[in-house]
Amino acid sequence: MNRKIRVLIGKPGLDGHDRGAKYIARALRDAGMEVVYTGIRQTPAAIADAAIQEDVDFVGISLLSGAHNHLFPEVARILREKDASDIILFGGGVIPEEDIPGLKEAGYSAIFTPGTPASEVVDFINLQMEKRQ
Amino acid sequence: MTSTAGIIRSVCEGSIRAIARTLTRVENGSPDSVDILDGLFGKQQGFTLGVTGPPGAGKSTLVNRMITRYRSTDNSVGVIAVDPSSPYTGGALLGDRIRMQSHATDPKVFIRSMGSRGHLGGLSGATRDASCVFSAAGYSPVIIETVGVGQAEVEVADLADITLLVLVPGLGDDVQSMKAGIMEIGDIIVLNKADRNGIDQLESYVKASLELMPSTMERPEVVRISAANGEGLDELWEAIDRLLLKITREERKNRSAIQTLNGILEETGRNFSEKLLDVEYNGRDAAERLILSGKASPYAVGKKLLAAAERMFQHDEC
Repeated sequence: MNRKIRVLIGKPGLDGHDRGAKYIARALRDAGMEVVYTGIRQTPAAIADAAIQEDVDFVGISLLSGAHNHLFPEVARILREKDASDIILFGGGVIPEEDIPGLKEAGYSAIFTPGTPASEVVDFINLQMEKRQ
Repeated sequence: MTSTAGIIRSVCEGSIRAIARTLTRVENGSPDSVDILDGLFGKQQGFTLGVTGPPGAGKSTLVNRMITRYRSTDNSVGVIAVDPSSPYTGGALLGDRIRMQSHATDPKVFIRSMGSRGHLGGLSGATRDASCVFSAAGYSPVIIETVGVGQAEVEVADLADITLLVLVPGLGDDVQSMKAGIMEIGDIIVLNKADRNGIDQLESYVKASLELMPSTMERPEVVRISAANGEGLDELWEAIDRLLLKITREERKNRSAIQTLNGILEETGRNFSEKLLDVEYNGRDAAERLILSGKASPYAVGKKLLAAAERMFQHDEC
């Protein structure tokens, strides 16, 4: 068996600032994971479809435009609808503290705000994988 | 859906989730993957197109165009896009989807990204198996995009029915295109970025080096395109169709079977060697230590393994 942790990094919405997304993608790659990056301006449906086709363990969504309260839950909803709620979700970007509980309720296991060291995301993923096994 | 028969049925019915999970199974070499592939092998229906070429040649952009072309005739299209894995961490950044976004939510387009996972040759070890899964699930064509290749990554030509070698101006002088190997793998040589300076020069280099090919070898067609703005694509599609007409379904099937056997023989040989190492040396690590400490050369180890295998078969015959 040659199991690899697979993660999809998605960038929904209209903002084109994907430095954060690429930074995390590279950090996860350097931690030995296979990271699928979809590019900017993806619809939630496109992200969910890609996650299912790629059979990833995790989906990380990055957003800086402020539309997270709409777009984050939408990705979670579509994944549930397509019977893929076993995929673990996390999010990142400019997200006010007070919005985090709502996003967690919508199915996000973690929300990482600006300034988070990449190692924290790596640790989060490794911990979730351990829990799963 | 955990039984092997159940998995095979779901894949053949085209269940996206089942296909995705099966691809993971074969990629990870899970214990039931051989039985699954055994069940799927005879059910393959599709043809395969390989797309190879140096990094930045526009392979993903061309694949995106190919998807559009085959969707216009209502084919289901499977794509296997291989990107390199880091030899140090094993991680990989798989970014080929970015250029295929126009098909993001089309249910009849299935794109799967794969890390090469230490496999040399421009593909991953499981590319052939993944192609079998797609083909059995009804995807036709299955398009295989290799990692950006150099001069020796020619494996895709064995796997695909038709291989496109994508070249662009400005990547090297004529000596590069005269090197053996890479120029010989393309059934069609696609000169991309035809809107760029240097395209005429590239075409004359390529044609000149094809002139030097032995007359016994089939000369590839050379087609100029611009994948980004669509120029020359109709001629490329015609060239692909012409070649497809030349090979019968039967020939495709036979070739695929033999090539698969080759891959499996290699793998079986490796597994068998590992087993012999266990018996003769108490494992690979111990054999490596012997070599590293200078007590045995790698050749001596090979000789001992071969002798052990021969002894084994003699015993069987008695």
